[in-house]
Amino acid sequence: MDEQITLDYGSGGQKTADLIQSILLPAFDNPALAELGDGAVLAGGPKLIFSTDSFVVSPWEFPGGDIGKLAVCGTVNDLCMAGGEPRYLSLALILEEGFLLSDLKRIVRSIADQTKAAGVSIVTGDTKVVESGKGDGIYINTAGIGFQRAVLPGRQGFQPGDAVLVSGSIGCHGAAVMLARAGLLEAGGPLQSDCRPLHEIASAARNAAPSGIRILRDPTRGGVATTLNEFTEGTPFSITLDEGALPIDPAVQSACDLLGLDPLYCACEGRMLAVCDPACADAVLAAIRRTPGGEQAARIGTVTGEMPGHVLLKTAIGGKRILSKLSGLQLPRIC
Amino acid sequence: MLYDSYFKNPGDVPALLDKIRVYTDRSGPIRLMEICGTHTMAIARSGLRSLLPPSVTLLSGPGCPVCVTPAQVIDCILSLSQQPGILVASYGDLLRVPGSARGDSLLRRRASGGHVLSVYSPMDALEAAAAHPETEVIFLGVGFETTAPGTAACILEAAARGIPNFSVLCLLKQTEPALRALIEADDFAVDGFLCPGHVAAILGANAFSFLPDDYRLPGVVSGFEPADLLYSVLMLAQMLAQGRPALQNEYTRLVQPDGNPAAKSLIEQVFSPAPSDWRGLGHIPASGYAIRPAYARWDAAQKFGLRPGPDVEPPGCRCAQVIRGVLHPSACPLFGRACTPQDPVGPCMVSGEGACAAWYQYGAKAPGPQANIER
Repeated sequence: MDEQITLDYGSGGQKTADLIQSILLPAFDNPALAELGDGAVLAGGPKLIFSTDSFVVSPWEFPGGDIGKLAVCGTVNDLCMAGGEPRYLSLALILEEGFLLSDLKRIVRSIADQTKAAGVSIVTGDTKVVESGKGDGIYINTAGIGFQRAVLPGRQGFQPGDAVLVSGSIGCHGAAVMLARAGLLEAGGPLQSDCRPLHEIASAARNAAPSGIRILRDPTRGGVATTLNEFTEGTPFSITLDEGALPIDPAVQSACDLLGLDPLYCACEGRMLAVCDPACADAVLAAIRRTPGGEQAARIGTVTGEMPGHVLLKTAIGGKRILSKLSGLQLPRIC
Repeated sequence: MLYDSYFKNPGDVPALLDKIRVYTDRSGPIRLMEICGTHTMAIARSGLRSLLPPSVTLLSGPGCPVCVTPAQVIDCILSLSQQPGILVASYGDLLRVPGSARGDSLLRRRASGGHVLSVYSPMDALEAAAAHPETEVIFLGVGFETTAPGTAACILEAAARGIPNFSVLCLLKQTEPALRALIEADDFAVDGFLCPGHVAAILGANAFSFLPDDYRLPGVVSGFEPADLLYSVLMLAQMLAQGRPALQNEYTRLVQPDGNPAAKSLIEQVFSPAPSDWRGLGHIPASGYAIRPAYARWDAAQKFGLRPGPDVEPPGCRCAQVIRGVLHPSACPLFGRACTPQDPVGPCMVSGEGACAAWYQYGAKAPGPQANIER
């Protein structure tokens, strides 16, 4: 490993995985953590799901959301993906000296709106202030507890032929933030972050096929491509994606073409990937499409044994290639 | 949008592939080279190699501007980034490129306190200079003729606004001299070229007429969507089957025969041809651009007295052969073992446009039976 932390360690790709595997996991070794799910299932008494996430997005406000909305949705969605019904959140604010109170109020209002939408309560919190120049305006950490409502087998439950579904168009959040950062995006345009709580979509999917869902995951950092690679890594299975079936917003595709990015590697903050029994794929898809925020859900791929451990992409022109994990940060290219 | 989507998915792919097959049945196996990093990426991302008949081999030439920048130049840049009062502004591609020391890069230098800014445009670097008059902002002017006009416009803007704390390290390169050097090398074994659509948009399609005129090699100026590439391969296969090499333009929706006169005059105004060092090809006369003396105040090489040493390859690195298209990425002994995108040894693995990175990313991770997916 390197001697210093570089930005690549925050990309959610291979470098982030290296950091977790070589430094964090050995130090805190325990069964609830070792699963490395979006949330940990806690033993003893009624089953609880526990998760935490930190938010450092810059700029803190972007078309379709802000850091407050993201801080609620991020943790709520992790709980939902682990089969939980989100109930309680903690909220820790790290503010930089000089940050405007009017901005803080807007963020707090946005947090309150989202907790209402997601049916969770903020029950504990903390505030710290760092000197000017030592933060990026505002950082937020949330931790959340949910009640376990479903036990999903995870990737161990994969079978050849299983269907891969996504709850909506991909890469909107990553593309919106990237464009906002480059100063190329104005509020109210066609390109908006997909940030939203997934509790209704997750429970609609689970209810449509109580025993048919293998795994749910929200493809945040590293995007759909990286999350699907995490599904197949070290298993006897591969996943073949059909490029023609991927729901990609034309505005996202154009923005990515312009910046030299790939929507498959752009973060989503309000989308769900599901792998399910092919026999219930249509029912799950229909249930997701009936739920607000899931209208554009699509069946995008299939679990196969073609090339174990890998994700393959059948391209729009009928070619086939490997879809790798994101190796570091997506960097804009020259031409 | 509809027009563009046709080129993304033309629908008549099997018919086009059949035609290519008919021509190569007549000509025998053909080896085609693209010389543009965006073509490298587009071919890999569309899975085109997995569709083409075995008689067509697609090779990647020296088309990635980051890949052909010598390690010793990167070393100079790395030491600049550590100097107090200096901010190095660069396109994203260059941030991970290692210098001559393994693992050393602008990203690494930034983590240890170096001042590095990732920009989309040279104008972003100029604005950073205007906003921070106490900081010397050096823009790394990397690229071919495509990025040269924008870099020239930025230098003119700096001159017009009298911004003294801005300069450009001019690492720009010219396509034609490198192609000639490649073709005239003893180990050259390519039957035709997919010519870079972006470069041709600036210089004009006619800038590649020297291929048939001087070397009897066919060339097709190609766009970047899957249909563009398929049609261009078909056009090359047809010319090779008929034994009539010529320069054709597939990318007519963007490329004029004589290019973009405004962009060409910007280049002419600010730059003059100069010798340049290429990783893999060595020293080539008049293959780069130098900033004209009238704009010397904005020339970082002069301002900071930069003199990169002679180029030295990392031990075992075969990028030089990969860049010339004589070695397949997976045939390099370091590929996928000592050299990966996470820990690259040579430049071809670093840039997303590099032949090795594209092969690793979209093809096989290591030599072996899997290599035939992105063949």
